[in-house]
Amino acid sequence: MSKSQFVLERSGLEQLLQALKNEGYVTLGPTVRERAIVFGELHTLEDLPVGLKDWQEGGTYRLEPRADPALFGYNVGPQSPKQFLHPPLLRLLRASKTAQGFEIVSETEPLPKYAFFGLRACELQAIQIQDQVFLGGPYQDSHYKARREQVLILAVNCTQAGNACFCTSMNSGPKARAGFDLALTEVLEGDRHYFVGAVGSGAGARLLNQIAHRPASEREWNQAEALVDQTARNMGRGLNTEGLKELLYQNLDHPRWEEVAGRCLSCGNCTQVCPTCFCTSVEDHTDLTGQIAERTRHWDSCFTADFSYLHGGNVRVSTRARYRQWLTHKLATWQDQFGSLGCVGCGRCITWCPVGIDLTEEVAAMGGVHVQNQP
Amino acid sequence: MPGKRSKPKLAVWKFASCDGCQLSLLDCEDELLALAGAVKIANFLEASSAVTPGPYDRSLVEGSITTPHDAERIQAVRKNSRFLVAIGACATAGGIQALRNFADVEEFTRIVYARPEYIQTLKHSTAIAEHVKVDFELRGCPISKGQLLEVVSAFLHKRKPNIPQHSVCLECKVRGTVCVMVAQGIPCLGPVTQAGCGAICPAYQRGCYGCFGPQENPNTVALSAWWTHLGVGEAAQLRAFRTYNAAAGAFSKEAARHV
Ligand code: SF4
Ligand code: SF4
Ligand code: SF4
Ligand code: SF4
Repeated sequence: MSKSQFVLERSGLEQLLQALKNEGYVTLGPTVRERAIVFGELHTLEDLPVGLKDWQEGGTYRLEPRADPALFGYNVGPQSPKQFLHPPLLRLLRASKTAQGFEIVSETEPLPKYAFFGLRACELQAIQIQDQVFLGGPYQDSHYKARREQVLILAVNCTQAGNACFCTSMNSGPKARAGFDLALTEVLEGDRHYFVGAVGSGAGARLLNQIAHRPASEREWNQAEALVDQTARNMGRGLNTEGLKELLYQNLDHPRWEEVAGRCLSCGNCTQVCPTCFCTSVEDHTDLTGQIAERTRHWDSCFTADFSYLHGGNVRVSTRARYRQWLTHKLATWQDQFGSLGCVGCGRCITWCPVGIDLTEEVAAMGGVHVQNQP
Repeated sequence: MPGKRSKPKLAVWKFASCDGCQLSLLDCEDELLALAGAVKIANFLEASSAVTPGPYDRSLVEGSITTPHDAERIQAVRKNSRFLVAIGACATAGGIQALRNFADVEEFTRIVYARPEYIQTLKHSTAIAEHVKVDFELRGCPISKGQLLEVVSAFLHKRKPNIPQHSVCLECKVRGTVCVMVAQGIPCLGPVTQAGCGAICPAYQRGCYGCFGPQENPNTVALSAWWTHLGVGEAAQLRAFRTYNAAAGAFSKEAARHV
């Protein structure tokens, strides 16, 4: 057992939250709003969805009470860290008219320093994927970078799997392996309620030194591991990733695309809730006087018509083409583009699709029938 | 420097409507002065009785065509306008008064008016675009003040207005609203409705009522199947698709499936 494995009591976790606040972090974590678990600012542990669980199915999400006072007894909600690292709406610049032309008005608002409290393993993987998208190439997204650099992450390993989860298939969870400062597993054993933790960075070690903790016993460590192993065996869904890219490339004309287009609303919700989807559009606005111009950037989606408009026309007119773009990007072309899958198996696109379309089912339907040999 | 150009003339016209969309213009309190500075308001009876003769650089047309007289009047407005923008659900889809399209208007006039023979009315309430060429349609019941200012500013500064035609759902997501249909099972028209309002209703825990009419690529059949799964009956589905945009193509077609 490495000495970096430790135990926190609930009071120690509260100290950790306060230590983060003392260091000037905006502490974002799971909170209940509008009958779902979304990111909100945590002031005390009581702001967490204490004693609640979520029930998820295609197109359905419900909060329910638990029999125990678990702090992290649920899975991911509709939002992900992309809400903060890659905001849905961002003003890129403002310009004012001058006699010579125009002048850029610089943005002066300081960026908050975020600490994410209770991120799941799949969300860490999604951040790594977005790091690759925004920072991995020759052109870096300075807006993402400025937010991302300051982030501190407290991960929580999942001790139950949701109905829409398939992180084991995507090799992203349920245990956080990298990309965190501290990671905890919540254990409820009779009267005992404690958190078994691991340190993932220097910043994590420094924080740990400020709060009450003790080394984990072997029994406590095993208990935590057993919970995570059990989660891995109880995934609500699964996706076979072997040969997935080839399967999709060989089936670009599969009749299933037309069939799913009959059910798909082309509303774009799947792309908005997906923690790795990164597409945006940029708009320029002027005010009535023509003195001030603004450039804004907002999330966009391959399900909108404007998004696929290239010079002279739209390259993806039908819902069939748009759904196929979404699914093949996540699972196939992403591999060619970024060297990884674009999906972490969080299940958000399944739960938050208003009509419950399930990408694992769509893939299975294409693998289940005769695979065409010609692309 | 180019010579000082005279200000473009803006006219606002009213047909069958509640005046709510014109009031959105008056509601632009903070921007009204800037607007008055940028354009010459040549005809806007809701705000002033002074009328400047045409032609007009831009006409904002509110309301639908419901009488023979209005059917002629819109032709004159078109002839006098360089650009014509239809504003609001009445002007773009016939409005709530297009419910008459699915009933017998003569029967209504017999019941409502003491002397129905004085009433000259058309059988259908129709959108402006069914009578004259419309350069731009601004949806909504009522229109959004922000979108109206966007269209006017774009016109003044010769750029394309940023008016999205995608679903309301994307506005929910920008706003951070939790989906009421998924989290609460509340029937919502958002997925088939065009954005523009800023997804107000879901933010107040209600389903979208479809005020901005069908989105660019609406799949009402699939949404309706999901509503049935949520327990929404045929009569309620018919009512949902027959409101302010009852005569808009996709909504009227869907409603017909539930008659
Ligand atoms: S594609 Fe769906 S399951 Fe995969 S990461 Fe995106 S939202 Fe999650
Ligand atoms: S799936 Fe669509 S919205 Fe998501 S990253 Fe790919 S193209 Fe963009
Ligand atoms: S798959 Fe679902 S969430 Fe995605 S666009 Fe289609 S209906 Fe909307
Ligand atoms: S609440 Fe309605 S508009 Fe908003 S995301 Fe859900 S279905 Fe779309």
